[in-house]
Amino acid sequence: MDWHDDGIVLSARRHGETSAIVHVLTRDHGVHAGLVKGGFAKRHRSTIEPGNRVHTTWRARLAEHLGNFALECTHAHGAALMDNANRLAAMSAALAVAEAALPEREPHPATLEALEALLDALEHIDIAPDATAWGQLYVRWELGLLSELGFRLDLSHCASTGVTEDLLWVSPKSGRAVSASAGEPYAAQLLALPGFLRLGGGGQVSLRDIIQGLKLSGYFIERHLFAPHDRAMPQARARLVERLAKQGV
Amino acid sequence: MSASHGMGGPGTIEALIQLLAKVPGLGPRSARRAALHLLKRRESLMEPLARALKDTAQSVKTCSICHNIDMTDPCHVCTDPKRDRSQICVVEEVGDLWAMDRVVGFRGLYHVLGGTLSALDGIGPEDLNVGQLVERAKNPEVKEVILATNATVDGQTTAHYIAERLSNTGVTVSALAHGVPVGGELDYLDEGTLFAALKARKPV
Repeated sequence: MDWHDDGIVLSARRHGETSAIVHVLTRDHGVHAGLVKGGFAKRHRSTIEPGNRVHTTWRARLAEHLGNFALECTHAHGAALMDNANRLAAMSAALAVAEAALPEREPHPATLEALEALLDALEHIDIAPDATAWGQLYVRWELGLLSELGFRLDLSHCASTGVTEDLLWVSPKSGRAVSASAGEPYAAQLLALPGFLRLGGGGQVSLRDIIQGLKLSGYFIERHLFAPHDRAMPQARARLVERLAKQGV
Repeated sequence: MSASHGMGGPGTIEALIQLLAKVPGLGPRSARRAALHLLKRRESLMEPLARALKDTAQSVKTCSICHNIDMTDPCHVCTDPKRDRSQICVVEEVGDLWAMDRVVGFRGLYHVLGGTLSALDGIGPEDLNVGQLVERAKNPEVKEVILATNATVDGQTTAHYIAERLSNTGVTVSALAHGVPVGGELDYLDEGTLFAALKARKPV
């Protein structure tokens, strides 16, 4: 059996001397692994770089087999981001989170489209001129991933009073927004809701807002997607937060 | 197959073939050919090779300064008085050091990281020889650190991390250029390489 699909390379692990086991987030087949024969050979090495947009052909005798991938690179995001440490870190973090969080062989086309949009924004300085611009997109991508997997945060109104204004916090228990007045007595236990995620939120966004956003999405990703499987947050994502936190101080 | 050779246990021809098959570039079939070649030339090749392997295994050392593999510690590169001590070229593996050392134009010192940061394999900064590099870079003799990590996502992530760690040492941190290889035809180059080459274009 075989199929053709488009997707993004999430990771490539060496198998034997030159072959690779590649994980691709595809549109109709979700995160799918396959063997790329000679993937780590000089000629094909650049095709399996994480972040590459690829056209995939998967072949196997039975559906449950690992199968073989034939990959054709249609766009190399990684190559475009290599000289920018922050953007490269953001791409690596998104790919690592997607690979660790998404179940294999379960289609999530919305997540793929959002990831493509994020990688485009990271690559094109006119879409996202600085870390505060692509940082917002990154946080929204992670919140979208949570939503796609059934853990949507409700940031539209206060969980306690129902008001839609002055929302400053998020309850770590319910994942719902909490207003300034209702949350004040519990401020130490609540997660900060950055301005750009508030209803009608706009205005100036700082690196501090982005870090708050990353803490917020990271908390729920760990709680809902990784902790039940006894998994830790991918190192690449932790490094992104660390990197931005250093610059935000 | 092993029965036909009258083999199977350690010290047999089959064991030799199985060991040779573990060498990069050799599969079971080529290992069999290599074993046969050695067996036919026992005195002229097999015994000297066995002696060389044993001697090397017993005396090989990892350089405590640059992590190169050599017969002495420090290695011949670190002790060479003709080397330019103001430059340190940072590479991922010993094989990369040997490749770089073939470049006639570079006569500086090296530092082998022992891999790259890799989220997939769980390799963090503490697993690499980065701390020692930072210490070396603090030596006033060192003026430039050249990052020669591979042009892969992991390689470049590692390069950015090292550049950040070296930012307070005062040394110039540079990286290898990426682009069209010598003898490369544009038509056969991948999109990423062409993109990197275009980005790093220079006035002629």
